[in-house]
Amino acid sequence: MSRALIIHRAGPQVTVQDRGRPGLLGQGLSQGGAADPVALAEGAALLRQPASHAALEMAGMGGAFEVTQDTRIALTGAPMAASIDGQALAWNASHLLPAGARLEIGAAQRGIYGYLHLGGGVATDPVLGARAAHLAAGIGRALGPDARLPLGDDPRTEVGLTLDPEPRLAGGTVRMTRSVQTGLFDPEVLERFQHTAFARDARGNRMGARLEFAGAPFAASGQLSILSEVIVPGDIQMTGDGTPFVLLPECQTTGGYPRIGTVIPADLPKIAQAGPGVFLRFVVIELAEAVEVHRRHMAMLAKLPGATRPLLRDPAQMQDLLSYQLISGAISGHEDVEQGD
Amino acid sequence: MSQMNVPTATEFPRIAPVGIAGLLVSFADRLSEPANRAALALRAAIEAEGMDGIEEVATSLTSTFIRFDPLHLDHASLTAQIQALLDSQDWTRADLPQGRRHFRIPCVFGTDLAPQFDEAAAAAGLSAEAAIESLTTARPRVLTIGFAPGQPYTGQLDPAWDIPRQTALTPRVPEGALVVAIRQLIIFSAPTQTGWRHIGQTAFRCFRPEAEEPFALRPGDEISLRAISPAELERIRAEDRSGQGGADVEVIR
Repeated sequence: MSRALIIHRAGPQVTVQDRGRPGLLGQGLSQGGAADPVALAEGAALLRQPASHAALEMAGMGGAFEVTQDTRIALTGAPMAASIDGQALAWNASHLLPAGARLEIGAAQRGIYGYLHLGGGVATDPVLGARAAHLAAGIGRALGPDARLPLGDDPRTEVGLTLDPEPRLAGGTVRMTRSVQTGLFDPEVLERFQHTAFARDARGNRMGARLEFAGAPFAASGQLSILSEVIVPGDIQMTGDGTPFVLLPECQTTGGYPRIGTVIPADLPKIAQAGPGVFLRFVVIELAEAVEVHRRHMAMLAKLPGATRPLLRDPAQMQDLLSYQLISGAISGHEDVEQGD
Repeated sequence: MSQMNVPTATEFPRIAPVGIAGLLVSFADRLSEPANRAALALRAAIEAEGMDGIEEVATSLTSTFIRFDPLHLDHASLTAQIQALLDSQDWTRADLPQGRRHFRIPCVFGTDLAPQFDEAAAAAGLSAEAAIESLTTARPRVLTIGFAPGQPYTGQLDPAWDIPRQTALTPRVPEGALVVAIRQLIIFSAPTQTGWRHIGQTAFRCFRPEAEEPFALRPGDEISLRAISPAELERIRAEDRSGQGGADVEVIR
């Protein structure tokens, strides 16, 4: 029988996510995919598997999980308290989950979206070329208790790797470029926008994040007469009351609200992962600089497998050194990495 | 390159960047048939050229959007290529896409299935009978697919239907709902909240993720509506598993 992940308990929004479905904008379907694509790449690096593999995305809260056969796992994104049969697990690391053991993942301690990656990836049937749930489009669903997900074959055995995550959970400065409708906003409004501290509204979801702030609304001139136009993730749209709404992977594909600019892809996870008490500030950069930042970002993602290292353990913390090493399997930071898709 | 960030030209067509990986070619800032036709034709031409580094081409009502990999194709050279293409012909006179189809879709107007019909007819200055006559003889074209998967924006209707969106949103209209505003009709592909008025109900599914052709309609297709009773809609729903909602389809020649 093939391997499967059994979900005994799940937070309100645990979904299968991968890199989504690019190429269907003209059919009205946004790309979707993981809210934090960096976390997806980090998990793939920790498991030495292609970044195209699907993982579980957990919004705010994890769940209780079991596998039918021994399975490698990795945990990335928003850190959550995690344990196997009561033994605490390091986040941003790979581990072995033995068949029948209970993996418990709690609430997010920082950030919003945590990820559970599985060796071989989640192997549900693709829909329109991807496995990602796109809840806004009615593709896939939030997983509930007793869901059972097939897992792909996993040719590898190494676990016990860790990496230093790319910082993105503490908010801070978010870079944006001007876009088609930036000119609809007076220069003073764009200037004030860059000097305002924003906090993400807790009601945000995978479609977008509403930002709260103190001060006057950010109104465009002539905002009601705008023709509905293409939207891309990262667009900062001003809703009717002058509140910014940053569009995320599951956004609609067109919209009639004016957009003051577009967050660059490298900084978008900072918005998706902005938890309570985190502040965001925007800064406009020129297009050429944004492309250069993107080049460095993509190079960083490509080098992630080489940025992993063995997870150091404190022997005093191990209840039984021998059995621990048995279940952890071989450790290697230097194996060749399969290049995905 | 920074001067490309803010479009200053007021004439059309104009090219402007969208994020770091997109270019938008706009043919007008308000809906017109020639601008819609131009956007569709430019999309087809770019797809036919098969330029390296272009990842997808899509249209909205009056514009063509090009998504590309900015690490393999720079903004300046792509802009120059698109400008050359724009200069090569009058796009507003281009032909409509090939393989267009006409969908004749059964629809219940009014009743408790579509509670804003009377209100919308009144806003259009039409009696209920005249409104149904107008809506069933019209043959609006799919101008764009967008907002939600497979969702068509069709038009344009008779000028009487140039009615604004409501200021307050209707919290939820169901899949297959026919809604109207600003001389356009939409059939919703999923339950949604909306400012458009809900005037009809169909069993037509615009998005069929499980089907071989998940997106029922394409820009350039035409629709017309056939008035049916709630009982007939019920019968269609019971018998039809295809998502077609009892619609007939013919190729436009």
